[in-house]
Amino acid sequence: MELHEIGVIIAWVFLYGYLIVASIDFGAGFFSFYAKLTRRDHIINKIIERYLSPVWEVTNVFLIFFVYAVISFFPDVAYVYGVALLVPGSIALVLLCIRGSFYAFANYGARKNIYYLFAYGVSGLFIPASLATLMTVSEGGFISVQGRNVELLIGALVRSPYSWVVVFLALTSVLFISASFLSYYADRAKDVDAGDLLRKFALYNSLPTIFFSFFAFFTLRNHNPEHFERMLDMSWMFIASLGCFLVALALYIQRKWYGTAFIFVMLQFAFAFFGYGRSHLPYLLYPHLTIESGVTSEAMGAALIAAFIGGLLLLIPSLYLLMRLFIFNADYVQRGKGS
Amino acid sequence: MLDQIVLARLLTFITLGFHIIFATLGVGMPLFISLAELIGLRKKDPHYHLLARRWARGYVITVAIGVVTGTCIALQLVFIWPGFMQVAGKVIGLPLFLETFAFFFEAIFLGVYLYTWDRFKNPWLHWVLSIPIIIGSVGSAFFITTVNAFMNTPQGFTLAGGTITQIDPWLAMFNPATPSKVAHVLSSAFLTVSFVLAMLAAFHLYRSKRHVYYKKALHFTMVLGLIFSLANTFIGDLSGKFLAEYQPEKLAAGEWHFHTEERAKLIVGGILHPDTLQVEFALGVPFALSILAKGTPDATVIGLDQFPRDQWPPLYIHYFFDLMVGLGTYLLVISIVYVIVTLAQKRGKLMRLTKWNRPFLALIMAGGPFAVLAMECGWIYAEVGRQPWILRGYMRTSEAATQAAYLPEMLILFVLLYAFLGVLVVTVLIRLFRQTPPEMELEAKKIIL
Repeated sequence: MELHEIGVIIAWVFLYGYLIVASIDFGAGFFSFYAKLTRRDHIINKIIERYLSPVWEVTNVFLIFFVYAVISFFPDVAYVYGVALLVPGSIALVLLCIRGSFYAFANYGARKNIYYLFAYGVSGLFIPASLATLMTVSEGGFISVQGRNVELLIGALVRSPYSWVVVFLALTSVLFISASFLSYYADRAKDVDAGDLLRKFALYNSLPTIFFSFFAFFTLRNHNPEHFERMLDMSWMFIASLGCFLVALALYIQRKWYGTAFIFVMLQFAFAFFGYGRSHLPYLLYPHLTIESGVTSEAMGAALIAAFIGGLLLLIPSLYLLMRLFIFNADYVQRGKGS
Repeated sequence: MLDQIVLARLLTFITLGFHIIFATLGVGMPLFISLAELIGLRKKDPHYHLLARRWARGYVITVAIGVVTGTCIALQLVFIWPGFMQVAGKVIGLPLFLETFAFFFEAIFLGVYLYTWDRFKNPWLHWVLSIPIIIGSVGSAFFITTVNAFMNTPQGFTLAGGTITQIDPWLAMFNPATPSKVAHVLSSAFLTVSFVLAMLAAFHLYRSKRHVYYKKALHFTMVLGLIFSLANTFIGDLSGKFLAEYQPEKLAAGEWHFHTEERAKLIVGGILHPDTLQVEFALGVPFALSILAKGTPDATVIGLDQFPRDQWPPLYIHYFFDLMVGLGTYLLVISIVYVIVTLAQKRGKLMRLTKWNRPFLALIMAGGPFAVLAMECGWIYAEVGRQPWILRGYMRTSEAATQAAYLPEMLILFVLLYAFLGVLVVTVLIRLFRQTPPEMELEAKKIIL
């Protein structure tokens, strides 16, 4: 395999990791707020808090990994996106910061404050929407590149149906992933009420998610027919994604095996996400930049891959420990020991 | 109207200047928490145990701000300096990656550590969990500092026509600036943390709280403060010698040393007339610059006359250098006095001089903000001192900044963000510690007062 192919896979794996962990986090924020509005917060907030407290620092790391992978493997791509996305990127960053800093607040009673919950919940929807837009611009037509001059065409972005469909797809997906995970977590905690409510949230968001997926598919056909053709070539991945979705949906309807259901939800997004990514190639920014613009230095590539493998050897056991202690540990999940 | 490059530098300055306060605490705190817990376990002293616990609780809040501002700077590198990242990204990708791994490692164990205080039957198991946090925090400081060191003394690549080739990532990481920079960053982080924590203990003693808990806290942090002050002074001297050899223009600009000469004198204080380059009101210490630079009084020190005028760093960095050294000296003296008084009192001397007298406690309290200020000054000196280069000898800062519009608006946006975060973190910390004073917690844990 060529270096830039490995690079693109590493970047994509981290972005997928971010998609899952950040969705759980963003969705949880929204559910907290929504439950408070509908006076059901006492049912689910304990579950949300117990899961998020020990793991929130980890979420941002996936995003940074993705950014650094792009910088080190595809510096030219970093240049173009860096210039084009100064404004939307900075706004997304500010939202992420405000939200991240709220965790500092959250441990000291702020969770009961409705303004806090509002900011926390709404940012949980704005951030995925703005991050999804960063993805949309890779389809071409939204960034003008003339030599060193790069510009984001905001007007085109706002008028494009495709970009709006992607935003809605991001929102429904976030809520769906989050609700599926949290209903599983509540189930492990033997918290029947929370599990039921979260299962309901998962069901509410399941059909919109799949609806917007199809919609995105067909708007892309108008926006970037070339990409659409390549997607059809690997349609099996998207069919597999749909299959996983149906399995998860069936399990939720029958109220069983929430853990398995969540795995199928993850598979559903994995197939769709990697299918999308694969069909996006060879372009990283259509039609200006292809994957060929990536790293050329063998030595750097080898060092990065060595660092990557070394890092994973360190991370996987530690992540396993984290999950053993806080997710798969019935004692913690149910009663919650410790300060 | 400010130009694009100034705006880009200003925005980076504000983000990093804010971030490094929390980054410094983040690097130093885990060691202090771990040591306090260790002493608590070994001496079976619940006071130290509580100290570790309370520090850890405050630490989480500063970490939260450190994480979000760290995310800011990571992305701003791409948004504000795309030209630099395009060229240098190929070389610094490795340490950036490793830094994130180290931080990830720290973040995982921090979560585990914070939520398992009473969970293990064997308390040593909990203490062991603090070690990966220290490794992670020191590791991430190490890797990110190598990136900065690389920008000061780039090596491990060839630059031809705007593209970098023949990269040796390990050589780039272990460049000449790496050892002294890493050592100075770490020692000053530990020094800053010891004085920030000493400040908190001194504050309570100043307000006439006489509980032994505070005395232990002050003693612990001041003794470590002395150790790290000494280490920091020694390493700072090494950094001076490094500069004389590899970045003489930074040292010369910092010292207003215009002419290459032997037996160079060190200029302390003073005001410079920017047009005539005349120095007034300065104290000149004979031979001192030669000693600082080369270790012998009659060594030759390269002056700014060896460099074309357009490659001079701004001369105002002298003020920051002096401030850093002055504040560092203050910290060293205060901690020496504290330890001498303590030792004398152990032998029954100086008993009339009570260690808890308020003026002395006030001097210790001043050490906290002074340490942070010294750290900021040292950072400004190091960073502005490599202007006009972003990649010394290869790329000027002016070639690297973004051309995108709306930079002024982004500057305002981020200033507002940091102002908000700054107020938030202070309010939350004060509220947290006011609500549960240590006396209350000690009583709740049935520790005899």
